[in-house]
Formats: sequence, C-alpha cells, structure tokens
Amino acid sequence: MSLDDFIDNAISPWMHESGPENDIVLSTRIRLARNFADEIFPLFADEESLRDIVDFFSSHYLNQSFRNYKNFQLIEMNDLQTVEKRTLVEKHLVSPNLVKYPMAAVLLSENEQMSVMINEEDHIRMQLYFPGFQLTKALDEAFLFDDWLEKNINYAFDEEKGYLTSCPTNVGTGMRASVMIHLPGLVVTKRLNRLVPAINQLGFVVRGMYGEGSEAQGNIFQISNQVTLGQSEEDIVDDLNTVISKLVEQERDARQQLMNRSQIHVEDRIFRSFGILRNARIIESKEAAKRISDVRLGIDLGVITDLSSSILNDLMVLMQPGFLQRYAEKSLSASERDVLRASLIRERISLEEE
Amino acid sequence: MQCSECGKRTATLHFTQNINGQKSEVHVCDICAQKKGYIQQKEEPYSIQELLSGLFHFDPASFDLQSKEWLNQSQQLECPSCHMTFQEFQNEGKFGCAGCYDTFHDRIDQIFRKVHSGNTQHNGKIPKRIGHQLHKQQEILEYRRKLEQLVKQEEFEEAAVIRDTIKQLEQKEMEDDA
Repeated sequence: MSLDDFIDNAISPWMHESGPENDIVLSTRIRLARNFADEIFPLFADEESLRDIVDFFSSHYLNQSFRNYKNFQLIEMNDLQTVEKRTLVEKHLVSPNLVKYPMAAVLLSENEQMSVMINEEDHIRMQLYFPGFQLTKALDEAFLFDDWLEKNINYAFDEEKGYLTSCPTNVGTGMRASVMIHLPGLVVTKRLNRLVPAINQLGFVVRGMYGEGSEAQGNIFQISNQVTLGQSEEDIVDDLNTVISKLVEQERDARQQLMNRSQIHVEDRIFRSFGILRNARIIESKEAAKRISDVRLGIDLGVITDLSSSILNDLMVLMQPGFLQRYAEKSLSASERDVLRASLIRERISLEEE
Repeated sequence: MQCSECGKRTATLHFTQNINGQKSEVHVCDICAQKKGYIQQKEEPYSIQELLSGLFHFDPASFDLQSKEWLNQSQQLECPSCHMTFQEFQNEGKFGCAGCYDTFHDRIDQIFRKVHSGNTQHNGKIPKRIGHQLHKQQEILEYRRKLEQLVKQEEFEEAAVIRDTIKQLEQKEMEDDA
C-alpha cells in the first residue's frame, strides 16, 4: 500500500475537516455512559448476557444511519488481531480497556465520528468527536444521538441519581466532555504549571493524549470534567468552554511573547526539529512527538510555510506502535519501530514537498 | 564513573551508606539501584479505581458503638438482583447493577459527595421515555391541587370539570402503560 492510501485509512475522515481554533484545539469529544435498566453491568455479567447485548446492537443498529453518522458497522474485539485492536485505540475509537474485556464490541459510523463502545465498564459508552473547539455543537449532537438510541433501550435511570453507571465517578450525567489541546507555548514558558491547579479547582482534569495515566506527548493535553453529579451537562460544557477559551488566549499570548522576545531562538528550535524529522534514520516516539510539536508550532507561527498543519494530527497517530506494525504488515521490535518511524516521517514530509 | 554493581553502565546514583557505623560509598546505575532496592521500582500509575476504592471504606475508629453496628449491618447488605454485597462494592469500587443503587441507597451519598464536589442529586438530562411520564404525573398533581382549592372555595361546578380532566389523564396514563 502507498503511504498516501495508508494515511487515508489511518486518519479518521472527520479529522480531515478543520474546526474553530484549529491551530491550538485539535479536537472535541463528548462521551455519554449508559446502561440497560434490567441487565447486570458488564464487569459482573456472564458471557451469555454480554453476548445478548452485542446481538441486540447488531439487530437494531447494524447498517443504520442517523444524521451525519451513516451506515453503522459492528466490530467485535474477539474477531480482531492484536495489531488491529491497537490501531483502534491509537485512533481513539475505543478505550484501552475495551480491548481487554470479553464480548466487547464497537459500533462505528462510516466517518468514524461516532463510536459506541459496547460492554466496556458500562453497557454503552457513546463518544462523538468534532474537529477543533466545538463543545456546544458536540453536546447538541450527542443528545440527539442519545435520544435516537434510547428509542429501543430502557436506560438505567434514577430520578435522584440520574443515569446509573458501574463506577460512582460517572453517575448522574454519565458525561465526560473533553478537549485535546496543543500547548507548546505554555509549556516552554512554564505557565502551564501555574494554570493546572486553577483548572483542577474548577473541577477539570488535565491528562496526556491517551487519557487516564498517560503522559503528555508532544505538548498535547486532554482536558475533561471530573464531576458528573449535581451539574447539568450544559453547565459543565459552559464551564469547560470558559476554561478552554482562557487557555487558547493564554497560549496565543505565550506564542506572541516568545516571538517578540526571542524570535531567532524560537525559529532555530523549529528549524532544528524540522531538520531532524527530515533527516533522522532512527527516532523514538518521545523525541518524534517533541519534534513534531515544534514543527506544528512553526507552521502555526508562519515560520514554516510549505507544510500543511494536518501534519501533527497525521503523524501523532501514524507513529504509534500499532500503526507502524500495520504499515510494515508484521510485528516489529522497539528498535525496528524507531527505524520505520523515522522513514515514515521523512516520507510523510516529502509527500507535501513534491 | 561506572556502576559498582554491574561494572557496565554509568553510575547515576551516588550516596554514602552507613551500616552499623561502617561507612561506604555507593555508586550505581539506575537499573542496579532498582534491583538493589535503593530506589523505588517504577510503578504503574494509580488508576482512578485503585485510588477511589480506598475512599469508599469508612474509618471504623471514628465511629461510636451505634455507628459500628450500622457499619456491620452495611457490610452484610446484599443486592437482590446481582447479589453484590456492600463489602464487595467497597472493594471493587463498582456497582454490579442498577439495583445496587437502591440496595445501598442510604450508604452511598457520602461517597458521591467525595467524588462529585459535595453533590448527591442529579440535575441534568432525563431520558425521553421517563421524562414523558414525569411530566404527565406532574400535570395530574397540579390539577389535584387546583381541585382541592376549588372544593375549599365551594366552587363545585368548576371542580367537577377539573375532576373529569384528572380522570381522563389518569385513564390515558393507564392505557399508555398497558
């Protein structure tokens, strides 16, 4: 397969669209957790009843369409190779936990914007993605989709406690609203360290790119709400909107200041990173992420002009171990991956320079 | 400087050890330092569940005798639909089914308060299906109050109209349920 085709397969179609504040906010996600009222939650259920739930989704939603989310396909984790599971995780279409559970599946829309995880910790975890900063829009659409699903399902719901979930941390709205954000300016100026406690105080959590327990790679952070009980979904989204708007403002300011005070140093760093990505023969993922972040910053600042800004989104997914192995069509050792990563990055860059 | 343990890697940890008055200098690399237990082995980050499962336990020392009895009773509570006991819930940090929320109802608000900034009451979206019912019940309740007031004011003619409306609504609800 040519790299061009491979990228087309690797990057979800919705990621090719641009969204508001796309130079800083990469994507927006709304996740809603739901359960069947009369079924035992997946972690404690037997295989037979889990099977029934997967079959239920297959018979009611397979090949169905709703609004922009067309032709739903059902993928069962048991049918997948390890590498295939891994790439689903790397594309954020399923959680790292889903691939570990028995009888787990995912219902995916053609554009991969809507993914409904089945038999994760809860029976249903639907997640909807939008490019850029679009929390309100994402919430509206997620609500409509939730209503559509509900037509066939009696949700576990309690007037006092709201949507009932397996973990007490999700009860109430069952909602996790999150935003993926690129903050090289705030990291370099060390301002982020001072902002994080304030963000925490407002009930939001700052994590790395792959969620819980993951390290921030390439200055990309995920910010999401912690509280799900007592506040309405709209209030949570409003608060998160405010937090993200402030962060975007602060990041723009930090970038401006960097350019004003030490333009030549910033440019030097960007072009060094660009040089490494264009020439390296071996590169570890941590370094690659850092260099790609620099180059993306260079594109956003207008320092690098002959590359498109989608390079960050593309490469951050492509350089993950699962995708590298799928590209190679065999399993690779860590050092083999570092070599292939370097060559894939070089190719991706030259694709644009042609 | 090379690691004094393996003699291969560069030493990164340097310190003076004092065992029973015998002082000795130690220069080891990261890997050997972990092996020898000089530094903590790199551990998986705590998952939210691990962190929380601790939170869910009550501290018996802080309870008086009466509360201790209550605690003992709590531990033995068992959900009739999934058979999870309260103790299991505390250990797992997860509910077994929707029924657990009812079974453990009196004991879990303090957990929610800890996790959700003091909140115990849902204030968001309501499922369409249940929402519809809630709405109708509220409507009937409103009419009942009105009826009571009209009867008190001895406006019987108007009261009769309201009574019929309530009857109609209730009948419709029964039909819907069937």
